Amino acid sequence: MIELFNYDFFRNALLAALLASIACGIIGTYIVSRRLVFIGGGITHASFGGIGIAYYLGLNPLLGAAVFAVLSAFGINYFSSSGKIRQDSSIAIWWSLGMALGIIFIALTPGYAPNLMSFLFGSILTVTRADLFYMALITLATIMLFTRYFRLILTISFDEEYAITRNLPVHFFNYLLMALSALVIVISIRISGVILVLSLLTLPQSTANLFSKNFKTIMWASIILGFIGMISGLYLSYYTNLPSGATIILVLTAFFGLGKVLSLFRQ
Amino acid sequence: MQQLLEIKHLTVNYGKIVALENASMSIREHDFIGVIGPNGGGKTTLLKSILGLIEPTAGEIIFSKNLEEGQSQIGYLPQFNKFDNRFPISVSAVILSGIMGKNNRTRLNGTANREKVKQILEQLSISHLANKPIGELSGGQMQRVFLGRALVANPKLLILDEPDTYVDNQFEHELYKILQELNRNMAILLVSHDVGTISAHVKSIACINRHLHYHPSNIISPRQLAAYNCPIQIITHGDVPHTVLGTHDHEHPHEHQHQGK
Repeated sequence: MIELFNYDFFRNALLAALLASIACGIIGTYIVSRRLVFIGGGITHASFGGIGIAYYLGLNPLLGAAVFAVLSAFGINYFSSSGKIRQDSSIAIWWSLGMALGIIFIALTPGYAPNLMSFLFGSILTVTRADLFYMALITLATIMLFTRYFRLILTISFDEEYAITRNLPVHFFNYLLMALSALVIVISIRISGVILVLSLLTLPQSTANLFSKNFKTIMWASIILGFIGMISGLYLSYYTNLPSGATIILVLTAFFGLGKVLSLFRQ
Repeated sequence: MQQLLEIKHLTVNYGKIVALENASMSIREHDFIGVIGPNGGGKTTLLKSILGLIEPTAGEIIFSKNLEEGQSQIGYLPQFNKFDNRFPISVSAVILSGIMGKNNRTRLNGTANREKVKQILEQLSISHLANKPIGELSGGQMQRVFLGRALVANPKLLILDEPDTYVDNQFEHELYKILQELNRNMAILLVSHDVGTISAHVKSIACINRHLHYHPSNIISPRQLAAYNCPIQIITHGDVPHTVLGTHDHEHPHEHQHQGK
């Protein structure tokens, strides 16, 4: 078990799991509390368009994903708040547009796209040093924002209209947190891929929410649950030779199931 | 009495619908104004304009020096069911959020603020609920918490949007007792659908049915209500000299501008 630490790729994977569990623990609690999970789904799938275009142009796919994720986040926010399109329809449009663009540009790229599967389903074992750098940057930004502005974020999230009456910068923070959520989703795509990433932001939170109804407690518990889930999923996938991203999600789901049973006994 | 704010010729349209037309009124210190009128008549629109939630189509709201910090000095109790009751937040955190304002955006964990929250919890007799999640409270308890959030920043004007819906009679009774006390230190603007209940407590009445008619007394007769084109059902009343009023339209409502304006 310990001998795995001798491998560079494994140490990278552990670090990636730590960073992603912190970022997802914080942002996921925000997304779940504000019921933005479906928007998160839209952003995730829209980002696949950016991955495809970046592939075609020979750029870093994560950069393409980041641009598309932030654009779609703002797009969903803008179209639904202007009242022209209903929010769920707006999400669906961005969701499928991104996937369609991704598929078309990958098809246009000459040769075989070997990493396509890793973007769809994740591959934590191929995380590079450059990936880790971006992950660290975004995780740090998330920690700083939520440490400095925790009360403000909580106030706005709980009752947006009330926050406006207090002259708080509601719209600015809505967009800022939307953009940050998009970026956290993008760095987490490395762990479990476009299709599975949403569960990293919702499963630990839902498990924690079974036992606590306090924003901060849910945040901390999600970070810990997420990290334990990713590490045990990683080991499990190593010994069973199964895909790591999917194994991690199954472990996190098992945690939720266990939590549900425990919470029933507690009552 | 010092003036707190003045509403001048306020008109609010939602698309082609005129919600409020040419409304004028001023609010002074120690005012206790009951805002009545039929549903969809523009009561909430008036409140939201004062709170800065709605841009007026025409006219303006002038905040006097006494409300210098603008809307931050206004406490607001929104209509019930306006929030997500599964949101993971505790009672004391909700009240603490009321301290947030233009000049207070980050550090809220100071001893002074916590002391203030404690005081509010005691004043509204909900100290025992301090750490409870907001979703586990009864209707009356919840309204107390939101009243606490509105009061914690020591507002000069308290705005309440139908605080007596979905609560039990006992809380309604206590609420008006609390409001009478608060009124010594702040002006109160109270929206209600039930003119009978509020007229025993308020000092003056504003009737809103697209137009605003200010009535500088808490005694209002069915004839006057009709004159204000304010068809409203009087459900209960204490010692107010009037009887049950049905909804009926007056033929010439606008000839009866009130002399008190």
